[in-house]
Amino acid sequence: MMRALTWHGTNDVRVDTVSDPEIINPRDAIIKITSTAICGSDLHLYDGVIPGVAPGDVLGHEFMGEVVETGSASDLKKGQRVVVPFTISCGGCFHCKQQQYSACDNSNPAEKQDMSATLYGQPMAALFGYSHLTGGYSGGQAEYARVPFSDVGPIVVPDHLEDDKVLFLSDILPTGWMAAENADIQPDDTVAVWGCGPVGLFAIQSAIVMGASKVIAIDHYPNRLALAKQLGAEIIDFRETNVREALMEMSGGIGVDAVIDAVGMESHGFAIDNMFDVVKQKVGMGADRASALKQAILAVRFGGKVSIPGVYGGMTDKWPLGAMMEKGLQVRGGQTHVQKYTKPLLEKIEDGTLDTTFLISHRLPLEQAAEGYKNFKEQQNEWTKVILKPGMEN
Amino acid sequence: MSQNSKIGAGLGGVVLTAGAIAFGAFLSNRHQNRGYGDAANHTKRQPEGDTAQVGRSVTIRKPRAEMFAFWSDFSNLPQFMENVEAIEAGADGVSTWRIKAPAGQTVAVKTEIASKKQDEVIAWRSVEDSEIETSGEVRFEDAPGERGTRVSLVMAYDPPAGALGRAVAKLFLREPQVQARHDLKRFKMLMETGEIATSARTRDETRAAKQENG
Repeated sequence: MMRALTWHGTNDVRVDTVSDPEIINPRDAIIKITSTAICGSDLHLYDGVIPGVAPGDVLGHEFMGEVVETGSASDLKKGQRVVVPFTISCGGCFHCKQQQYSACDNSNPAEKQDMSATLYGQPMAALFGYSHLTGGYSGGQAEYARVPFSDVGPIVVPDHLEDDKVLFLSDILPTGWMAAENADIQPDDTVAVWGCGPVGLFAIQSAIVMGASKVIAIDHYPNRLALAKQLGAEIIDFRETNVREALMEMSGGIGVDAVIDAVGMESHGFAIDNMFDVVKQKVGMGADRASALKQAILAVRFGGKVSIPGVYGGMTDKWPLGAMMEKGLQVRGGQTHVQKYTKPLLEKIEDGTLDTTFLISHRLPLEQAAEGYKNFKEQQNEWTKVILKPGMEN
Repeated sequence: MSQNSKIGAGLGGVVLTAGAIAFGAFLSNRHQNRGYGDAANHTKRQPEGDTAQVGRSVTIRKPRAEMFAFWSDFSNLPQFMENVEAIEAGADGVSTWRIKAPAGQTVAVKTEIASKKQDEVIAWRSVEDSEIETSGEVRFEDAPGERGTRVSLVMAYDPPAGALGRAVAKLFLREPQVQARHDLKRFKMLMETGEIATSARTRDETRAAKQENG
């Protein structure tokens, strides 16, 4: 038996004793987890706005550790240190062959594909520790995890790079990088990023590495804005600034070239449309709050680029469709194709181009995971990123 | 001016004639009950024929020949057909499909090959003393470019009658569309990844184990 963080309902997660994972399929491996993080998208589960989560589900999709057992077709070796992508991908299907790993055809069990196929037209791929729409795989906020397709996903990391430096290859670093890539950043571009959570901050760092001439960060938490400033961004506190006017001024009256919505479906803010959406979300009518994205679409210039790494699940109303069409915008979103980015980003960590450790505010033993969730949700200014360590003393 | 109007009238006549021919072809197609359009029969709002039909296509990144060979040996099919316990080939060319039924029972469906074309199609139909009347067809076509093969499975069945029929319907035919879809997805997984995805954490939690243990 092992200890694991399990979901029991809205605002209710607990560390329970559950059965150890086992090798089931030939390409599986079992990982003994040394570090695992709480992700902003875990808060969507915590807030109860994601459908298809069941009591007892083990959460967590940002994790790394040591290989302790391998299936007959795994190419990993016992004792190797690996970081595990949050997307489960087979490597051999149509989408994986195009490096669209987060759209893998084969990772979501057949009987779990129907609901998302009804929602989106085609089924979703599988993710660790999330909804049963994405497979219902046990996650990594645990002592051990079963990792399918272990010959394709996990990346072996060298011993001289400690966990804190490489853990975020599992999700938020590639997600921030792909967000910037989706914004198709050109050297003279001004880029505005909504949300200075982990993904927003990594998107800012990535946009700067990609050569954007100016990156503007928008949030209302002073500490998070300070981190953005430290990375080289100009900052706007939306509580005290008219964001659209400010962006027009900062882009010399053209509008920003690219916008990145790193906020997602539980957007804060006092817009009228947002308040309706909050009500509908709470009573289960399922409207996604999208006020950041709506604002971004108005702020971006004609012919501009819209990148959406923020998580959305359902529908929204009062969509600025006219602006999207009339302005000729390019819109790109999607779950991250993590396996496409792990190797090049590991190289950028090794050569010092990218730093990920600035983000970490708290390290807790796994036993204190529930406290970590609570604080990560309620004290977003100070709790910027929580790492759970199963081996750490209480 | 008059020259132009003559040309115009001539062109109009040609267009009208072409239109009439096309419309005639359309009517004659309808008359033959083939409908029109290129969509598969089972995707029609009102499918033609007397039997219920279900079907599904998937694209699999494997050569046609490999998958045709796999399907040609029916004893392979239970690997991905969840409700089929075993398929035994008889010497007389009749295959017996043992379908799982409630209370650990099985129902036998006996089929013969209706048609077979190398690397293209395998079709089967139930024989007279089969407990269920059914027919099916799997078709293999090259997908564009490097995409592999489009595999289409179509099954037709007569809704069963009687107590046994109802029992079987519960398991095997309750939602044949869902069953066909899931089975075909599992076939794709097996071909492309060598295994069938499960999100179980332990071996006891897999669907196979749960079915085994009731």
